[in-house]
Amino acid sequence: MSSASSAWVSKAAAVLVKDLRTELRTRYSLNALFMFAFTTLVVVSFSLGQLGLSSLVHAALYWIVIFFSAMSALAGVFIKEEDTKTAQTLRLYARPSIIYTGKLIYNILLLFLLCILITPLYVIFMHVEVPDPGLLILVIFLGCIGLAGATTLIGAIVAKASARSALFAVLSFPVLLPLLVAAIAGTNAALANEGWSGAENHVKLLAAYAVIMITASVVLFDFVWNG
Amino acid sequence: MVRQVLQIGLFIVTAMVIWFSFTTPAPQQQIGDASRIFYYHIPVAWLTVVAYAVNLIFSIRYLKTRTEIDDFRALWAAEIGTMFCVLATISGSLFAKVTWGVYWNWSEPRMLSIFVLLMIYGAYLAIRAAIPSLDRRATLGAVYAIFAFPTVPFFIFIMPRMMASLHPSDSVIDANLKISMGGSVLPIFLISLAVFTVIFFWLYGLGVRLHKVQTARRETE
Repeated sequence: MSSASSAWVSKAAAVLVKDLRTELRTRYSLNALFMFAFTTLVVVSFSLGQLGLSSLVHAALYWIVIFFSAMSALAGVFIKEEDTKTAQTLRLYARPSIIYTGKLIYNILLLFLLCILITPLYVIFMHVEVPDPGLLILVIFLGCIGLAGATTLIGAIVAKASARSALFAVLSFPVLLPLLVAAIAGTNAALANEGWSGAENHVKLLAAYAVIMITASVVLFDFVWNG
Repeated sequence: MVRQVLQIGLFIVTAMVIWFSFTTPAPQQQIGDASRIFYYHIPVAWLTVVAYAVNLIFSIRYLKTRTEIDDFRALWAAEIGTMFCVLATISGSLFAKVTWGVYWNWSEPRMLSIFVLLMIYGAYLAIRAAIPSLDRRATLGAVYAIFAFPTVPFFIFIMPRMMASLHPSDSVIDANLKISMGGSVLPIFLISLAVFTVIFFWLYGLGVRLHKVQTARRETE
């Protein structure tokens, strides 16, 4: 049992490492992701940075930047496999749940990296006060996991369709709406210093959303991958 | 024969609902005649939910049985559902203009939830249109329909508790807008709801029968 589960973990890790390595060779989606996020942030900051916006507006703008940047890159993990025709080899290598786990963690890491770079820049460019950095980090952390959890499966669906990038945003948006609502409310609570009592429900919602979406993805991924 | 009697019965009852919905006193006196949309708006919104439930059931069944007819049943429910969803959005928007003064209000959870349904249906039809292979289209459509479903209870059950709603807390028996369901209102509303539901399943059955006949004909040719 333990050897089977350790084989499972090492295979999932191998899928993750393979994706990280190919990404670092080309930096294709990393560059696209960061330049997209950075450009959006500069446009937002350039036009609205001096206005002294309320915390709710900041929270909404921040998640709009993250959402659209994520839309530009997160489908890449599966599109890449279909385009280079390596999906078939991957199917022989491991069971769908292993592939899904590797790809999910890759997407989560990509989003973490994006947020680690964009959040300080946002704070600097937009002159935001962050009275509760711990809560802000928690909300962003859970938001990234939920965002990656919901979009990884949709990325796999979209990889088999035409007009992928437009379709990816169309399919993701309705599914991501609950996440965006909770993440914006939670970020607002952190920026307005409402404390744990103000953010508790939103944080719980974000955690529940991530669990539901990842569970549903694991169940449904078999059908997408082998379908 | 029985079918024809039922069809004529449905026609007569529908005509009577339309007639009585316009001749009896308006359901809500302050809003006046505009509140008569109540007899049509709520059944249409209700059928959107029913259609999405049918779509979900046959999407799950398709992944088990992999039969072409289950895929068609799911697709057909989504297609009629989209029609009812558009009607619910338009009628709700018109009703909102009369009662609240605006066509659209994002802080209204019911409006948000019908909008999310519209987007999910739209995305479902878009993903099907973008996949050339028939089996793959059916499978990925079914997966998306199942995957998008958890967002629906969120907007129906959680959002209304997070936001103040302009809708009555219960849309059928209501405290805010004082739709007194007494007198002629309740029977007309319930009959209207029943008639719309029967029309939905009739339409649904017709589409499925037509599809079966066409498939059988294609096979014999």
